[in-house]
Amino acid sequence: MAVINVNPTRMELTNLKKKLNTARRGHKLLKDKRDELMRQFLDMVRENLALRQEVEQAIRDADTHMAIAASVMKKEQVETALMMPKQEIELDISDKNVMSVVIPKFHAEYKSSDENDIYPYGYAFTSGELDDAVKDLSDVFQKMIRLAEVEKSCQLMADEIEKTRRRVNALEHIMIPRYEETIKYITMKLEENERSTITRLMKVKEMMIEENYRKHSEQNVAQ
Amino acid sequence: MYKIAVIGDRQSIMGYDSLGLETFETNDAAEAAKLIVKLAETDFAVIYITEKLFSQIGDTVAVYRRKKLPAIIPIPGVSGNTGIGIKEIHAAVEKAVGSDIL
Repeated sequence: MAVINVNPTRMELTNLKKKLNTARRGHKLLKDKRDELMRQFLDMVRENLALRQEVEQAIRDADTHMAIAASVMKKEQVETALMMPKQEIELDISDKNVMSVVIPKFHAEYKSSDENDIYPYGYAFTSGELDDAVKDLSDVFQKMIRLAEVEKSCQLMADEIEKTRRRVNALEHIMIPRYEETIKYITMKLEENERSTITRLMKVKEMMIEENYRKHSEQNVAQ
Repeated sequence: MYKIAVIGDRQSIMGYDSLGLETFETNDAAEAAKLIVKLAETDFAVIYITEKLFSQIGDTVAVYRRKKLPAIIPIPGVSGNTGIGIKEIHAAVEKAVGSDIL
């Protein structure tokens, strides 16, 4: 593992220790964030899958009914019948914050007073199959809105989870070991320096004692 | 106040007219991509698009995947369904978890 290129001084050592502490705390927090996001994501994605299957089936049913209707009626008739909607839809959006991922929540409401008044045509010139098709779509509409919400949330959360996972891994496998290695390197270097200072001092002391001894013995000889 | 759009061929989107959604008819992928860019700039929050077109405009869809709005949602049309809606869910799981566990 690579050691960061720093001067092996006490100051650097303190700085690095602080950084290591921050990195460890960040790592723990991010890991918790990832786990919680993952838990919520899995719940949501299961709902997403179930909803999608349901909605797709309903839309296929509606399409089948529509195809039959189109075969009994003239194309223009079908189009004119559906052209002017009776219902008007009001879509409101609020935000929800899930572990700092902002996901939208959709609320769709019909503006018109009677929610069951879904057929935008008189019944004289249309076939019953068309009624079925419109009913199918109208029934599944709230689910389609929920599907949009859940699917968007899943995409946003998947993105965030990926990002968070990368960060967790970078901290765990690169940053933290690198700091640890460098701290070890500096500590060893400092100890080494200390030892060499001590040895030098001992050597100097020895030399001084020898010097003193020599001087004393010279003086003694002179007397 | 937000709006909901439906993009696809005439046959597929006819029914949504009756629900009060705004429908945009097109059969062409390039046109659909342009339409999405235009709709995203205005206040359309949800764009439903037929799977057939959805699978042809991956680049445009990818741009909006990271944004909060609009949500671009594939729905089955009358023809040319590819099952891309389900595939997209599996792709999201794979992205988040690392492998497809569903």
